[in-house]
Amino acid sequence: MSANAAGAAAAGGSRPGSGSAAGSGRGAGSGPEKALSEGRRSERRLGWWLCAPAALVMVLVTGWPIVYSVLLSLQRYDLRFPGRKAWIGFENYATVLSSSFWWEAFWVTLLVTVVSVAIELVLGMALALAMYRTLVGRGIVRTLVLIPYGIVTVAAAYGWKYAWTPGTGWLAGVLPAGSAPLTEHWPAIGIITLSEVWKTTPFMALLLMAGLALVPEDALKAASMDGAGPWQRFRLITLPLMKPAILAALLFRMLDAFRIFDNIYVLTNGADSTSSVSIIAYHNLISGLNLGIGSTMSVLIVVAVAVIAFVFVKLLGTSAPGRPAGRR
Amino acid sequence: MSRAARRKVKWTAVDVLVLLYALIPVAWIASLSFKDPATITKGTFWPTKWTWSNYTGIFDNGDFVRGLVNSIGIGVISTLVAIVIGTMAAYAVARLAFPGKSMVLGISLLIAMFPQISLVTPLFQIERGLHLFNTWPGLILPYITFALPLTIYTLSTFFREIPWDLEKAAKMDGATPFQAFRMVIVPLAMPGVVTTAILAFILCWNDFLFSISLTSSSRARTAPATISFFTGSSQFEDPTGSIAAAAIVITIPIVVFVLFFQRRIVSGLTSGAVKG
Amino acid sequence: MAEIVLDRVAKRYPDGTVAVHDLDLDIADGEFIILVGPSGCGKSTTLNMIAGLEDISEGELTIGGERMNEKAPRDRDIAMVFQSYALYPHMSVRENIAFPLKLAKVDKETTGKKVAEAAHILDIESLMDRKPIHLSGGQRQRVAMGRAIVREPKAFLMDEPLSNLDAKLRVQMRTMISRLQKRLGTTTVYVTHDQTEAMTLGDRIVLMRKGLVQQVGTPEELYEHPHNLFVAGFIGSPSMNFLPADICDDGLHNVLGVIPLSTRMRRALEAHHAPEHVILGIRPEAFGDARLIRESRPQGRDLTFTGHVDILESLGAEKFAYIDLEGVGAVQSEHLADAFQGHVADERHVQLVARLDPKSKAREGEDIELDYDPDAIHLFEPETGLNLTESV
Repeated sequence: MSANAAGAAAAGGSRPGSGSAAGSGRGAGSGPEKALSEGRRSERRLGWWLCAPAALVMVLVTGWPIVYSVLLSLQRYDLRFPGRKAWIGFENYATVLSSSFWWEAFWVTLLVTVVSVAIELVLGMALALAMYRTLVGRGIVRTLVLIPYGIVTVAAAYGWKYAWTPGTGWLAGVLPAGSAPLTEHWPAIGIITLSEVWKTTPFMALLLMAGLALVPEDALKAASMDGAGPWQRFRLITLPLMKPAILAALLFRMLDAFRIFDNIYVLTNGADSTSSVSIIAYHNLISGLNLGIGSTMSVLIVVAVAVIAFVFVKLLGTSAPGRPAGRR
Repeated sequence: MSRAARRKVKWTAVDVLVLLYALIPVAWIASLSFKDPATITKGTFWPTKWTWSNYTGIFDNGDFVRGLVNSIGIGVISTLVAIVIGTMAAYAVARLAFPGKSMVLGISLLIAMFPQISLVTPLFQIERGLHLFNTWPGLILPYITFALPLTIYTLSTFFREIPWDLEKAAKMDGATPFQAFRMVIVPLAMPGVVTTAILAFILCWNDFLFSISLTSSSRARTAPATISFFTGSSQFEDPTGSIAAAAIVITIPIVVFVLFFQRRIVSGLTSGAVKG
Repeated sequence: MAEIVLDRVAKRYPDGTVAVHDLDLDIADGEFIILVGPSGCGKSTTLNMIAGLEDISEGELTIGGERMNEKAPRDRDIAMVFQSYALYPHMSVRENIAFPLKLAKVDKETTGKKVAEAAHILDIESLMDRKPIHLSGGQRQRVAMGRAIVREPKAFLMDEPLSNLDAKLRVQMRTMISRLQKRLGTTTVYVTHDQTEAMTLGDRIVLMRKGLVQQVGTPEELYEHPHNLFVAGFIGSPSMNFLPADICDDGLHNVLGVIPLSTRMRRALEAHHAPEHVILGIRPEAFGDARLIRESRPQGRDLTFTGHVDILESLGAEKFAYIDLEGVGAVQSEHLADAFQGHVADERHVQLVARLDPKSKAREGEDIELDYDPDAIHLFEPETGLNLTESV
């Protein structure tokens, strides 16, 4: 960022101090305190004051709970047996990590995450292309596609639940008589994935559509003059140019999907080994009232999310989504 | 058929597919909500006997009405607070140079990615200690926290799009910094603020996990959580119709919002998230 | 109305870079002055310091005799026109123009009268209720001007106001600005990177480079008497031709031939310790088609040079002949590199540009005999870039 701004200042005759380089690059190269003019010092102060409330809320509401969570995870702390509260080191971690329920939930979460995000990517790309290129009713399509995004997850989840409930549901009717998909492991996981995909594909499509807008029309025209067919144009021009947008969208959705809770809670509530990590952590806390184990799981979920993000960033070299704009 | 006409037909077919994708599940819930309890297990897509009774039923249900009031109240308060302090931070991030800026952005990003469940356990215990458990503030606080990253990122993009020259021009035209902010920046940022507010409200309205974990009665429980506690009025009555009706009721306002502000929401959703 | 005085004004950034070095400038009341130079020369920084949008690190700025360093922009009573026009998108044209008056709490009636007057001057009366987004580039430019003139400020500052317009409109707006400034007689400081704008608009030009003033003077002074290589290269289009030359007893040896040293040159060289190598500068306009000149003036007093016409551009009113020069490399000089903003000529291949009368019979691919006046030759010191012939 600072390199950009400095470059612009050197090359564009623009003024570093007045921030014609959009301001975001400024300050990075500011010098020693004493050299600051009164204007810049008051700018700093204003910046701090303006950010203080937001930073304070965010740190207070997350910072202390995170620390507290780590502390709780090192204790035997079951609200049903408060008398047995004690510091036990990493015993909770040993308990959780040797529990088959935890690992089952972990693999289910990972599976649902990977499968649903993969489907969302393909479907979302198709949807994005349709929204971007359609000749008919573009406005209507772009509007309607937002409906799944707008629906409250729980409400949609009930819709899917009843659709697959034998007797009640229109989808259950197409299945052989006597089958109850939501009470069988694999069909249930399929339905969970389906409802996750339905709800979030439009969001994925919107992110990808923004990426499509970054592909210059002229490059596509040139490729077409060079003899590339539609598929080749997509594969050789569109995809490479969209790569940053795709990776950012993937990371964003992966981390989001890993937190899956609402859909599973409504559809199966974790029955038939369909728990996600969020679901079993919740059950340990609210139904089990076991703060020690619940916190341990919380900490482990954070670690898992961090590992996913890290692996993603390292392997694919993507930048984090939502970084300050304008530095494409 | 001409090439153009063929393409038109092809796109129409694609559009119809998209339409069905988006609408069928919604139509199903709506249809379910109009089904007579006696016919609900027939398994047809459309009701064989239409009724409003599911809707009158849920509005007679004190818990659901209370849940709606909670949802609206908690959502509006959280959104307002998040917008006010988020706007301040976003303006600073977009316009001012100060050390620590990247830390504010970093914290926001971490929180946006943070698994909510991992906050639920400690918050459950902390809020019980502070007597915030099962109260409005007990939900408002985490809602603000999770709405803030969205607010800061989306709004700072909007602020960045306002040219610097306008502020300079206002100064040259004789405006004080505050006048420049009030007469030039605020009116121009307003669409962005409204969009962000809608997104933040949707985020709060949509929450389920915090609401079922940090409440224990209808005192602060929001509508989506309330629905999950629906039981039939008697042991033998199935709550399906009521749940469907309630799902439609909590969905309609958001869908209307979203459809009405479609263009802005698309730009808001993508602005903060994709330009990486 | 006021004069603007910059007394050893400097701009230094916290990281140590200096954007403007001790700048001395007296801008007379009602004068139209142009700050011109390549990107990064400090011209915009200077303008922003006058405006109050940037702090002055050192020195003093006075407007109308009053020290301005510490004053906020709004207390300086000057108006500014931006390159991006900076029209407020949420206000109509009328509201945009009225904005400075509204801030100054001028009453409604007076505001209406003044806005109408400004609109009349700028011929935008039919656009008053439109929003900026529905205006063309030229119309936006006029509205921006309107906003500047409406409160009759002490001075106008203009930051590349025409560079977002297309070529034709730019010429139109140039005359409009020039007429407007003469009519209002308001002191105007105008920043541009375009030497043509500078030459056509200003009473005086301040040519800057790397934060330093290179020369201040009327357009004619800068064109005819450039102080140094940079000024000579920057002003004029097409640029002056630069050729390496050696000084011997019999004259100036260069690719055009041996030019006998005139008294003027001899005096200039002696005054500067008689260097052996110089850079010879000669404007395209100093050449003429020798054949035409002999017809009108048979005795032929000037020197001639024969070269091969590589490209001939015929612009109607004039012709430009590009003549390939064999066996000579382009003059390598940072002064020129700055003046040409990085577009340095090919090292191995030098073209001489000559401006010819449209009646010339010169043809592409044929030889041409060029006539030139030795008195039009400038000699520059290669290291410092100093114009020896102008600084005796």
